Amino acid sequence: MIDDLSSFTAAALAAAERAHTTDELHQLELIHLGKEGPLLAARKALGSLPAEQRKDAGQALNSAREQVETAFAARRGELESAERAAQFEFERLDLTEVVDYSPVGHAHIVTQAWEELEDVFLGMGFRVAEGPEVETDWHNFDALNIPKGHPARDGFDTIYVDYGPRDEDGRSNTVLRTHTSPVQIRTMLTQEPPIYVIAPGRVFRRDTADATHMPVFHQIEGLVVDRHISLADLAGTIEAFTTAYFGEGFSSRLRPNHFPFTEPSAEFDIQRPDGSWLELGGCGMVHPNVLRAGGIDPEEWSGFAFGFGIDRLALMKFGVDDLRDLFTNDIRFLSQF
Amino acid sequence: MKVLLSWMQEFAPIEGDPHELAATLTDLGLVVESVESTGPAWDGIIVARILELRPHPEANRIQLVDLDTGGAASAPGEPLQICCGAFNMAVGDLVPLATLGTIMPNGLEIARRKLRGQWSNGMLCSAAELELADDAEGIRILDARLTVGQPLAEALGAQKDWLFDIDVEGNRPDALSVAGVARDLAARLGVAFSYPPLELVEGAVRTEHLAAVEVLDDDLCARFGVRVLENVTVGPSPAWMAARLAACGVRSINNVVDISNYVMLELGEPNHTYDLDLVPDGALRVRMARDGERLITLDDQVRRLTTADGLICNQQDEPIGLAGVMGGASTEISEKTTRVLLEAAVWDRMTIARTSRRLGLRSEASTRFERGTDPLGIERALDRFCALAVEHCGVTLTSGSVVVEGGFEVKPPVRLRVRRVNHLLNTSLDAEAIRGYLEPIGFRCALVDGEPGWLVTVPTWRPDSQIEEDLVEEIGRHHGYSRSGKRVPRPSQNGELTPAQSARRRIRRTLLGAGLSEAMPMPFLAPGDLAAAGLVDEGEQSAISLENPLVAEESILRISLLPGLLKAVMYNQSHRNTGVQLYELGRVFLRGPEGSELPTETERVGVILADQSAVEATKLLHRVAAGLGLRDLKAVNRPLPGLHPTRSAEVVFRGRTMGEVGEVDPRVLQRYGIAGRAGWLSFDIAPVLVALNTNASYKRVSNYPSSDIDLAFVVADSVSVNDLVATLTAAGRPLLQRVRFLNAFRSDNIGAGLRSVAFSMRLQAPDRTLTDIDVATVREALIDAARKKNKAELR
Repeated sequence: MIDDLSSFTAAALAAAERAHTTDELHQLELIHLGKEGPLLAARKALGSLPAEQRKDAGQALNSAREQVETAFAARRGELESAERAAQFEFERLDLTEVVDYSPVGHAHIVTQAWEELEDVFLGMGFRVAEGPEVETDWHNFDALNIPKGHPARDGFDTIYVDYGPRDEDGRSNTVLRTHTSPVQIRTMLTQEPPIYVIAPGRVFRRDTADATHMPVFHQIEGLVVDRHISLADLAGTIEAFTTAYFGEGFSSRLRPNHFPFTEPSAEFDIQRPDGSWLELGGCGMVHPNVLRAGGIDPEEWSGFAFGFGIDRLALMKFGVDDLRDLFTNDIRFLSQF
Repeated sequence: MKVLLSWMQEFAPIEGDPHELAATLTDLGLVVESVESTGPAWDGIIVARILELRPHPEANRIQLVDLDTGGAASAPGEPLQICCGAFNMAVGDLVPLATLGTIMPNGLEIARRKLRGQWSNGMLCSAAELELADDAEGIRILDARLTVGQPLAEALGAQKDWLFDIDVEGNRPDALSVAGVARDLAARLGVAFSYPPLELVEGAVRTEHLAAVEVLDDDLCARFGVRVLENVTVGPSPAWMAARLAACGVRSINNVVDISNYVMLELGEPNHTYDLDLVPDGALRVRMARDGERLITLDDQVRRLTTADGLICNQQDEPIGLAGVMGGASTEISEKTTRVLLEAAVWDRMTIARTSRRLGLRSEASTRFERGTDPLGIERALDRFCALAVEHCGVTLTSGSVVVEGGFEVKPPVRLRVRRVNHLLNTSLDAEAIRGYLEPIGFRCALVDGEPGWLVTVPTWRPDSQIEEDLVEEIGRHHGYSRSGKRVPRPSQNGELTPAQSARRRIRRTLLGAGLSEAMPMPFLAPGDLAAAGLVDEGEQSAISLENPLVAEESILRISLLPGLLKAVMYNQSHRNTGVQLYELGRVFLRGPEGSELPTETERVGVILADQSAVEATKLLHRVAAGLGLRDLKAVNRPLPGLHPTRSAEVVFRGRTMGEVGEVDPRVLQRYGIAGRAGWLSFDIAPVLVALNTNASYKRVSNYPSSDIDLAFVVADSVSVNDLVATLTAAGRPLLQRVRFLNAFRSDNIGAGLRSVAFSMRLQAPDRTLTDIDVATVREALIDAARKKNKAELR
């Protein structure tokens, strides 16, 4: 059988070459190198040889085995790589043909601005207060130092609602809130000072829609009531907010103005890094009548309040120049942000 | 309010860069919207004297004028020839001449030109061409005392000036006058403010012999004063006055009207003139109107009055003027007027506001009255009017004015504490410094016992100032708000959202993650919208109405988010945006319990899926529920208003209905002009907030192998998948980990009214590997339970 070794080796090497697939190669490998194969049989037969021949025969067997194994391994490598290449060619995809038009959700830019503003004030230690959109005119006006017949009350162009108790002349006392300020009153009536809250929300005015007005829009209100609160605390809070929301290089100023619910009152302006000014909102020290309406003693506590429009900030951030665009709900608009 | 610098300088020596002055005004709360250089564009226009007027040899509509220009436009002694189409001048008149090269205010350049063979070396100007007045008839004849050859601007004293356009807040009626702005600015600049003295030459006849005033309603009128002017000649105003009025946006009419406006702008006191000969005995009565009374106002409109309007009446009690809003036509000044009855009064702010608003008559005068004019300023206004009229209309005056006190009351002084000032402004001012800010603007500080401070008398021109904090604002304004500094207060609390507010954000994130974009429809609807959306029956009115809607389409408050989102889909479809998937998180307004003060506002999510069916909407419901961790949520088939009756379900969470899911009723879609189907999902957020705020309970994950059982049952259509899931879930305890619905189908083989429903169930034990017996036992239990509870047979 040793005589057969060279022909066996030649046959095994030829078989490895002949295999076309890794499966075929595996079958041939079993035939030539497997348990039933001639090499294993020859190794088993080694024991029957005389001791002096055994060594040479064993070496010859090992070398033949190594030769065949190497050949099979090499052939496996070739076939595997060819098969991988064939498989990859078969699975080739043109990924430029793959698109997905399923919709992606976009938060409304008013919501984005709203949450961003909330986050800035949360970072400054404020909490978020809320109130109803349909309000009593007491909360919306009287408690805010705008009694019945006050000329300022006209300026709010109020929408009245057919609901709730009416006064003696049959007039409704229920309004769509014209500002978020009634939340100040509700907060003071339910919470002991110190109070540090903001109140973002939807508000209503009897305005015809145009590029800068909507009958429905959004405001954010701030209220602080604590001991020893002064105009400096108001100016500092506005300044801290300005830097946090608009960024470094922005600053703020207060200049005298008039609101019924604050005294002294101010308008606050933001200065952009290029030096230009932007009028942002109104603010001031909470009027003693307002503190009293909220059940707070103005001799013991003082406070400040501020308020401004959310929609306008959203418009400015993205350079939108018509307020009405925010509320058409056109997906081509909504999906840009 | 437009204010000229030169005009303010008549009250105080205000100097400095106009832009810096503007910044100072703004810092005082008198926001300067614009500051511009002004004054007439009269470069090249000079005063010339007419030497000779000759007919044009070739034309009779123009004449030749020889002018003495004082050597300014022609060689000394040489007359300058002009062709002129006007004939209103005489030899010796002084006239304005636009010399060659002049660019007229309207942009026309004056060039030498020939008219029918005669040279014209310039142009003579009308008042309109000089933009002095509207009068385009004839050449403006100048005051004979002017110097020939002098530039016109110099001759008329109409120098370059600065015009400040100031946005005056509602609480500062005093700043609706030149003097008021000057007072505030002078105080800040530290220069003295004073009214120029008025010296009136009065006749012997006492005014009270020619005029009488009676105030019947004190609440309507605080004070009412009159004067009488005789020998009035109505004519053009002096040029400087016309120019100042023009700069302030007031058109020049005639000397009497212009002086009236001039005094109002200067002192902030609106005034009114009557033709005295049309007011019997010069007697005026002030009273509230009676319902239905009528008055023809200056604009020849018949005004029907109510008891809320104030009136000025004559002796016969007939209305001759609408108090503070507009005069009557019957006593109007005309060319024939020779005697003027001049009125200055202070009216109730509310009455004027109501009347001007109701009649749509807002004027410079009514604006001032609404905000509050100075009750003690009327004598000065009357006198100032008279002084100007004497100078420019040649009138003679009767002696004194007649002033009647109405409801004028002196306001009590205000106690001001130094400590309070420094607390609110974060300053350390002493009492003297505080007085130094208040007195220059007319607040009088008197000594007071007790805590350091002052007893402050508020000037009558500051109706807004009533309490200590109002005075603090004045001190702050004049000290400068910026000098209070900036300090950030540190609350002792953490800033954090309430659980409900965090939950709302999480709902939004979940909806966005599901591919929905956020819409913000108006919360207003048209009355027909609810019926159109199938939410109420035709004619049923359950929604809350607005009392004064802007338009009928926005006259009720929504009770559902459906109509708003349907409109959004319609809008998008009409712009060829198909398949939009939108959500809204907003409030609906429902009637509360009987006697409730306010409606119930329910916060709700609405989702609309254009071009999708109830299947996608329900899948979305389950996805959102999983995202929000709402484990026990299910859909229960039920016809619902506005939805497809056989493709709608209530969303039930922990046994309570919290919303609805399905498809919009095709009839509703048709009414809204929407093509295709539309999936719909809506739920209240309150139950979600509750669920999100209960912590998820932890269950250890088993590491032992699990085993799946798939079963298909034949069951009646009336048995819902929910019912079967409930049965299987209960029967499979404790090894059953989850039940998954695989599919359902119907066929003739199965039989009418029946369907096959398949489920896959996973079994797993927490502490051991399942045996075949375990699995077989559970399988039997499942089959048995389905048969007994739901009459479901294994297929």
